[in-house]
Amino acid sequence: MKRPGATRSALLALSLVFTASAAASWNNPYPAAEAKSNILYSAFRERPKTFDPARAYSSNEYLFIAQIYEPPFQYHYLKRPYMLVPLTATAVPTPSYFDKRGRRLPQNTPAGSIADSVYEIRIRPGIYYQPHPAFARAADGRYLYHALSPYDLAGRYAIGDFPQTATRELVAADYVYQIKRLAHPKLHSPILSVMNEYIVGIRDYADVLKKEYEKIAGGRDTGIYLDLTKFPLAGVEEVDRYTYRVKIHGKYPQLLYWMAMPFFAPMPPEADRFFSQPGMAEKNLTLDWYPVGSGAYMLTLNNPNRQMVLERNPNYHEELYPAEGEPEDGPAGLLDDAGKHLPFIDKVVFSLDKESIPRWNKFLQGYYDRSVVLTEGFDQAIRFTGEGDTEVSDAMKQKGIRLLTDVAASTYYLGFNMLDPLVGGYTERARKLRQAISVAIDFEEQISIFENGRGIAAQGPLAPGIFGYREGRAGINPYVYDWVDGRPRRKPIEYARQLLVEAGYPGGVDPASGKPLSINYETPAIGPERKAQLDWMLKQFNKLGVQLVVRATDYNRFQEKMRKGDAQIFDWGWNADYPDPENFLFLLYGPNKKVGHDGENASNYDNPEFNRLFERMKNMENTPERARIIDQMLDMARRDVPWIWGMHPKNFLLEHAWMYNAKLNQMANNTLKYSRLDPVQRAERRTAWNRPVAWPIVAVLGTLLVGAVPAVVAYRKRERGAAR
Amino acid sequence: MPFQLVFLLTDVLIYVLLAALIAFGLYTAHHEHLRVPWRQVARRPMAMASLVILLVYVAVGLMDSVHYRPLLEGQNRGEAVYSNEVLSLLDKATKPLRARAEKTYSAPFAMQAYSMETAEYPDGRHVREYPRLLHGGAHVQEAGERVGDIMLRVGAATLAGFGIWLLIVASFLLFWRRHAESWMLTIRRLVRGEGDFPRRTVLVTVGVLIVLTANAAYLSLYYHIFGTDQVGQDVFHKSLKSVRTGLVIGTLTTLVMLPFAALFGIMAGYFRGWVDDVIQYVYTTLSSIPGVLLIAAAILSLQVYVANHAELFDSATARADIRLLILCLILGVTSWTSLCRLLRGETLKLREVDYIQAARALGASHVAVMARHILPNVMHIILITVVLDFSGLVLAEAVLSYVGVGVDPTMDSWGNMIVSARLEMAREPLVWWSLASAFVFMFGLVLAANLFSDAVRDAFDPRLRK
Amino acid sequence: MIGYIIRRVLYAIPILIGVNLLTFALFFFVNSPDDMARLHLGVKRVTPEAIVKWKEDRGYNKPLLYNAANAGADKLTDTIFFRHSVKLFAFDFGRSDQGRDIGYDIYQRMWPSLAIALPVFLVGILVHITFSMLLAFFRGTYLDTAGVVLCVIMMSISALFYVILGQYLVSMLLRLVPISGYDVGMEAVKFLILPVIVGVVGGVGASTRLYRTFFLEEIGKDYVRTARAKGLSELRVLFRHVLKNAMIPILTGVVVVIPLLFTGSLILESFFAVPGLGSYTIDAIHSQDFAIVRAMVFLGSVLYIAGLILTDITYTLVDPRVRLE
Repeated sequence: MKRPGATRSALLALSLVFTASAAASWNNPYPAAEAKSNILYSAFRERPKTFDPARAYSSNEYLFIAQIYEPPFQYHYLKRPYMLVPLTATAVPTPSYFDKRGRRLPQNTPAGSIADSVYEIRIRPGIYYQPHPAFARAADGRYLYHALSPYDLAGRYAIGDFPQTATRELVAADYVYQIKRLAHPKLHSPILSVMNEYIVGIRDYADVLKKEYEKIAGGRDTGIYLDLTKFPLAGVEEVDRYTYRVKIHGKYPQLLYWMAMPFFAPMPPEADRFFSQPGMAEKNLTLDWYPVGSGAYMLTLNNPNRQMVLERNPNYHEELYPAEGEPEDGPAGLLDDAGKHLPFIDKVVFSLDKESIPRWNKFLQGYYDRSVVLTEGFDQAIRFTGEGDTEVSDAMKQKGIRLLTDVAASTYYLGFNMLDPLVGGYTERARKLRQAISVAIDFEEQISIFENGRGIAAQGPLAPGIFGYREGRAGINPYVYDWVDGRPRRKPIEYARQLLVEAGYPGGVDPASGKPLSINYETPAIGPERKAQLDWMLKQFNKLGVQLVVRATDYNRFQEKMRKGDAQIFDWGWNADYPDPENFLFLLYGPNKKVGHDGENASNYDNPEFNRLFERMKNMENTPERARIIDQMLDMARRDVPWIWGMHPKNFLLEHAWMYNAKLNQMANNTLKYSRLDPVQRAERRTAWNRPVAWPIVAVLGTLLVGAVPAVVAYRKRERGAAR
Repeated sequence: MPFQLVFLLTDVLIYVLLAALIAFGLYTAHHEHLRVPWRQVARRPMAMASLVILLVYVAVGLMDSVHYRPLLEGQNRGEAVYSNEVLSLLDKATKPLRARAEKTYSAPFAMQAYSMETAEYPDGRHVREYPRLLHGGAHVQEAGERVGDIMLRVGAATLAGFGIWLLIVASFLLFWRRHAESWMLTIRRLVRGEGDFPRRTVLVTVGVLIVLTANAAYLSLYYHIFGTDQVGQDVFHKSLKSVRTGLVIGTLTTLVMLPFAALFGIMAGYFRGWVDDVIQYVYTTLSSIPGVLLIAAAILSLQVYVANHAELFDSATARADIRLLILCLILGVTSWTSLCRLLRGETLKLREVDYIQAARALGASHVAVMARHILPNVMHIILITVVLDFSGLVLAEAVLSYVGVGVDPTMDSWGNMIVSARLEMAREPLVWWSLASAFVFMFGLVLAANLFSDAVRDAFDPRLRK
Repeated sequence: MIGYIIRRVLYAIPILIGVNLLTFALFFFVNSPDDMARLHLGVKRVTPEAIVKWKEDRGYNKPLLYNAANAGADKLTDTIFFRHSVKLFAFDFGRSDQGRDIGYDIYQRMWPSLAIALPVFLVGILVHITFSMLLAFFRGTYLDTAGVVLCVIMMSISALFYVILGQYLVSMLLRLVPISGYDVGMEAVKFLILPVIVGVVGGVGASTRLYRTFFLEEIGKDYVRTARAKGLSELRVLFRHVLKNAMIPILTGVVVVIPLLFTGSLILESFFAVPGLGSYTIDAIHSQDFAIVRAMVFLGSVLYIAGLILTDITYTLVDPRVRLE
């Protein structure tokens, strides 16, 4: 032992490395102090575009604002089929109907004779907004931050830079204010075009606001406050402090569903005024980024470049965990918290994590509490049981990870452009051609190859769980499926070929030209992962001898082609806004055509009989009569085949053992408040799963040291050589 | 005709490039002073071994650059109808690979799928098992026989490859043997590595490559030697298809930028004055935009153009091809400036040289002076730049694909393979073969190119030449 | 000296105008604002009015270069070119197509970028110089040959492999550092270790090989031989004389990238989810946010030109023979 010091320090370093590895996980992306806090960790992939409840319309925005803004109604968390329950309202109102002369009509009046419907909504007193600087007042009652000069604004970049906050009681006028905002000329609310048809006077109101706005703005771009309280909207009135009325044309029961969306959440005029001050928008201080609500959570940190944080709203009103649910909810533990105060979790941290792989790995390490199932990691996480059911794999089971599945209220399909001379039209020939193609495209195979079985083949436009959808034999599409051995089976390809012969295209050849049929397929799919799917699609058409020309374009071009009606076959899909068949069947309603009307009927299907039935069906309550009409409509659509009924995707969600009260809900977005977690269990598991492996570092250092030996030898040799 | 030839834009440019190379080669062969540095390159064993490898890549790339549409079968009435699908000679040669797609992932040399599936037996039982692959190792009966079978086939292929190699060596000896020299002596000369030209190295490289090719060709008929990807396509086939993309990026980029760089660089140096100012301004402006950003901006914009004029491009292949060409053009613009600057500097020096002054005095036109006297004298700079840029461009393709402004996502390229392989690294057990395959193929090309370009630079750079 | 710098800065102006015109042409002639609008408005219930409004809000509805409808100077200023390109000169980047203030975002994201790029730069230089000196020291031996071969091999590996393998080995298998993410203050260190290592290792091959030739060139010079003849040990020669002189080409070569450190690294940042300017740019490319890409192109050019000026100044500082004219 020539140099005991060096050896000792090396040993010390080694032991340090190993003891440290036993003590803590080095790969924890969060501060160590948070380890045992009641915080839910989640990720966001893209910065949400807007948090303004009048504009937000996509799921990644609802993920946040549904926790913050409270519309009068919400969907019951546990009960199925989906039903509305009051949130800030005292009850879900039944509308009163009036005729043209304003006389009240009985509830059972047929829709055709109803001129107006009036919804009177009463909200609960004693609900308070989250603390917010917009409400802050000085001792003399004047608002502290409503007349800020550029000097006052200097150095303020986030809402946290305004130290004083206050709150205010939620009143009916706030709801009225928000409905008026839907018509605001600068907000471009995506549902204004829908509401124009219903809310009395909102179309004119939008024009009034536009003129007034231009008067006030005088050419400026930002910092303009249009005080909507000064302009009355005919169809929406404040009755008293806690009551307001909405008057709509005709009968439209679906309005209640709309009113459960953030579009109809309350907006305090103070907040609008506060954010409309000159100089605010230039600093990203807008309602787009800083929501002001009365919900269970409030957004306390909004740095879309890194992290967004929701914290428990200290002023949250009393809301209890539901005591009733579906029969299976009790055994599943979903009723254990019945009657307890919501919310359970103190804080929710959303971190920016764009890449799916790191997200997935952090979930496995316990640093995210929930995760969707990654296509890439599907085999690792999920396995199929014999009956086509799914469960988590053994490795996941060991970790205590649970799987939740649910069929989404969405549909993906291949549309035919009904205006096209070849595939469109209502002749028997075109119909048979479309039927043949529908049979040939094997969606069961597509789901199994490309979706890992996460979906069910569609029998029609309606997704499962929507009124009018039928399970079992009665619900199959008889033009494509047979009922064999208690389940639907796709008709054989020979049947499709036969249909093609009947249509006058034997073997897929058009006798007029002697060439095989060539059909254009429009798709916005241009990613590498879609190449295989496109190849697959070519194969499906080859079965019929039909040539498919894939025209993959970016999303813009695709949209444009659709609007012009240039397509023949195209990819399309729809996510339901609310659980009502009207929200699916209107996609086939003639006057809602894409070409010429810019509607959502992308295949431009226009069948007068179908349109007539739709008009009857759309305003009905969910009665057997309505179900009968829907059956008729479905049969009509299945025969005409404007779409190749594709698939309804299934949602898969994984969660760790320390999470409680999760039940997938396709309609409600404000579900964070029901979740509960056990931070202590989480901390233990995280430590157990993340012991660092430190020996390779030592090994690498050792190799480097050993590698230095020949270098030193060479150096010595050379020095000696030089000395000689 | 059983097929209809299709000329993609890049194909045409590749043919032009090939013709130019051949012309350049012939020209060089006829001029002694030009042959000298090449001979120097040829004396370096490492460079020649690299060249052999490069030639193999080039052969694959050229085979993939002859495109056609096959005749659709069973349509005998009326005029001939050709498929919408555009194929290449390489596709034809590797048809067995292309056709033998599995359902999803499988490991190299596997005979069973990578993930378990529930199989339903006729008696109604449901069993979780690794299903057999449709093609990979389908001829093997029992799992235990697989290794033996592979060994047997490796042995057979190696022997065959070795045999072919021996034939080549023998024919070489036949050609190389001096008059009345004993065979043993010829072989000894070869083994000792006599002569300037590293014949021994080249033959060994050829031998190794032949044995490898024989193994790959033979085994890939029975197994997926690099496994299969998510949709069951053979990864080996994908890697082969990617060769062309890599080569096109590496060579066409320089081809499209060369005329501009040479013309402007020489003009700037020769005329000086305002011509110089304008050209300098243009290249300073272009070079002051960070490369990736310029590429991103241009690709984003031109993508829209292609989408707007979809009718110009009748097949997905043609669309992918135009994007590849655009990428080459833009990469060319970004790498154009440094060559231009070098040429300008060199021309500035050259124009003061006596014989050029003399040529001017004798009344030669500007064009003639530039073409006849200056261009040949800066040729070595151009050559070095082209060769040095090549490997960098191949590497750049991968990064650009990752950023999302690379070649068309539907096109086979190493960049696209790496980008999608990234997602596979999260699987358990690990799916490593796509990444490994892209790595091996790309590394082979870039390493060979780097070694070869080193030799070229040493031979041509007068600064280093003693 | 100061006069020279002023002249250089003035010379930068026409170049920036050129950059600006080029990007303007790319973004507005080739690509129409309608395309951008449709992309940003999303999927559900998009009406033509919404597109018109979207363009109006962002000023994309104006004429490109010349507004005949207006009077006086407004003919030129009330145009897309003036509002979206000319203002860049005042570093007024405007708002992104999503509505956020680009200038503020850039300011915020600059620091994480720097937190990665600066250590990569400094550690990189140190490591590369060390390695290349080692190779130069052992020149002609098998160590040198092995080192050069290793360098060529490392050069031939795509940067993506370093990142993918580094992340896989260190984060996933060994669990030594978090896979990705970022935090402020000292918490950031654990996120930075891996990207910095990967960044340095990825650059070793090319730089070491280049610097080695610088060292060899110096070693071949007469003064080195003189010094050695004086009896100085090889190490002393290397450190005292060769290092100092070889630093000149090395330093002048790297100075140009110093301002660009602010814009970060595209690959490292997006792989490791660091919210810097590199990932900002990539996100903008992916979401086709033209306003941001335009701003970043401009900023990149400004910084590059700054780097060139810095390089010239460095020349005079390290080598008194070079005079700026």
